[in-house]
Amino acid sequence: MVVLAHQAPSVAQRCKDAGAVAAIALLLGIPMLGLTTVDQGGSLLVATRWPTLAIFVALCFAGRLLARYAIDALQARARRRPAATLLRPGARHQLSLWLGWGCFGVALALPFVFSDNRYIVDTATTVLIYVMLGWGLNVVVGLAGLLDLGYVAFYAVGAYAYAVLSTQFGWGFWQALPVAGGLAASFGLLLGWPTLRLRGDYLAIVTLGFGEIVRIILVNWTALSGGPNGIASIPRPSFFGLPFKPGDDSATFAGFFGLDFSPLHRLIFLYYLILALAMLTNLFVSRLRRLPIGRAWEAMREDEIACKAMGMNVTNVKLSAFAIGAMLGGLAGVFFAARQGFISPESFTFNESAIILAIVVLGGMGSQLGVVLASLVLVLLPELGRDFAEYRMLLFGTAMILIMIWRPGGILSQRQPTLRHRAEAGAAP
Amino acid sequence: MALALQQLINGLTLGAVYGLIAIGYTMVYGIIGMINFAHGDIYMVSAFISVTAFTLLAALGVSSVPLALVTVLLVSVLFTSVYGWAVERTAYRPLRGSTRLAPLISAIGMSIFLQNMVQLTQGARVKPIPPVLVGGFDLLTVDGFTVHLAYSQLLIVVVTVFLMAAFTYLLSQTSFGRQQRACEQDRLMTSLLGINVDRTISLTFMLGAMLAAVAGVLVTVYYGVVDFYIGFVVGIKAFTAAVLGGIGSFPGAMLGGVLIGLIEAFWSAYLAPEYKDVATFAILILVLMFRPSGLLGRPEVEKV
Repeated sequence: MVVLAHQAPSVAQRCKDAGAVAAIALLLGIPMLGLTTVDQGGSLLVATRWPTLAIFVALCFAGRLLARYAIDALQARARRRPAATLLRPGARHQLSLWLGWGCFGVALALPFVFSDNRYIVDTATTVLIYVMLGWGLNVVVGLAGLLDLGYVAFYAVGAYAYAVLSTQFGWGFWQALPVAGGLAASFGLLLGWPTLRLRGDYLAIVTLGFGEIVRIILVNWTALSGGPNGIASIPRPSFFGLPFKPGDDSATFAGFFGLDFSPLHRLIFLYYLILALAMLTNLFVSRLRRLPIGRAWEAMREDEIACKAMGMNVTNVKLSAFAIGAMLGGLAGVFFAARQGFISPESFTFNESAIILAIVVLGGMGSQLGVVLASLVLVLLPELGRDFAEYRMLLFGTAMILIMIWRPGGILSQRQPTLRHRAEAGAAP
Repeated sequence: MALALQQLINGLTLGAVYGLIAIGYTMVYGIIGMINFAHGDIYMVSAFISVTAFTLLAALGVSSVPLALVTVLLVSVLFTSVYGWAVERTAYRPLRGSTRLAPLISAIGMSIFLQNMVQLTQGARVKPIPPVLVGGFDLLTVDGFTVHLAYSQLLIVVVTVFLMAAFTYLLSQTSFGRQQRACEQDRLMTSLLGINVDRTISLTFMLGAMLAAVAGVLVTVYYGVVDFYIGFVVGIKAFTAAVLGGIGSFPGAMLGGVLIGLIEAFWSAYLAPEYKDVATFAILILVLMFRPSGLLGRPEVEKV
């Protein structure tokens, strides 16, 4: 309904509007909420839930009415107020810089503050894995502008590389890390090479297909990957050769430092390990952005034809973005395998790719800090919803839609040019 | 030989279903240039609606198979098209005119939402229904192998051919078809000519959902089982079919669907069935390498 004049719609209009929404809700609700089939003695029977449906429709009516009032009130207030002054670009940059250092400080201090809370350290580790994956995918999607829906394949390659190398060849975490990263990067090249000619959505579907191919091979190649059962008892990383085991001798972590053994030591070590890996990724990517290759990525994202006209080798630029993104995903995969101790193809489904892509896009493409905020939101939201566990994925999907509607460019949507001409700082008002 | 003929029948049946769903992708892509990721889940919703409707009809004592089929088709098409409309209205329309990735993320969110909504309201377990259409023709027997054409397979092919004809007429001859094609070419200009672009897009989504609904009913009749996860794999394959045929092209979607169906059927019969999805995607990659705009798609002209 379009209200042209700046006057509030009448109560009757509002009720009509909410009534229309309720009617749609009724139509949507009848086949899903109102009716259901239950298994009774091997055959299906129809069961009805009319009270639930009635409550749902009533909620939709009331919700629409209230939402309309709220939106109208907000719009009326926005009209009365003069347009808000925007932060100067420099100030904005400063703010995000401070925020970034603040986040880093909090992350460093977290295990000390919550040193006895296993759950918080564990959740923070999960957040950091997603932060690292988000930063890796940010190279491909955010910087180079190539839509990759199969990023989880590289994560899987890294995880399986470490799992196979450690369980069958006895490699350690630190030995396997560069090898797995290199392997993932070469998979990136393998995917990048045939997709170079493709644009936009074709690229999306091919990467999605690639992710599925990798998962199907992992499910079926039982000799290598253990099939659907996955690979279990993957060795955990040790503290530079000192394992986290109970014991008083100096060959264990607790014994060497004269501490009482606690399973939390390993948890905190893993936390700092992923924090270090993530911060290295951040440093690596933000340095790359200032190199010619990083500027080439961003230029290609903005206009590929112009890049070709300038004599850039678009092929190499794309391949490097794919390979570096894949390598970072592979490194995160190695950590994931080492942390879980068990991996199976279940962990590398398309849903995972969707979550990582959501982190990059929700955070604001190309924004490093945005990735951190989006990972926090997307990992903590389901965690908070654990009390009503069965609704958490429902909430997750709803949140993705709502955040996109609220801020289509992502939470931090300001796209910063990496390089600013020096004169601009002085010329800014 | 007989096995090949049997796989041809199976492949065409499967391909017809993929084609019906692929049309939904290709129409939506043609008009607003986005991958409607939730389309596979719309198909899944329709399969659930048809299970409920079949069970309800059986409980009411309707024993006539044609009557039951027509009723379920109508009911499913009605409710599913409302779902198609609601998905567009809530998740995509507010994002029109924003970045290219925003509707895609919103669509992935919608897909997750629909899957979990169905899982919560209808249960996570596989739902079997008693066979609706039993029997078929035995076409020929070679060396003890009988080529069988089930009535349900015949139904799928006949309904698909009929719908293809109806849609070709709708898009090429009616005023709605003209509006729809005009919106594909230039949305701004179309709106300047007094055509309600929003309504045309909504109708496109509803039509896509209707075809997905028909596919959902047909698959329920054919396989007799549904679960909340069927939409994802079928959705991806149908999208692959749309891309293979050339996205935005209406006959291309059907051609792509049939090709994917045939590849799957023959690969499962003669090579490793567990790698049939790998074959589908590998062929997609090969086609896109040598013909990036699909088999029937027009090559995109890049303008500066």
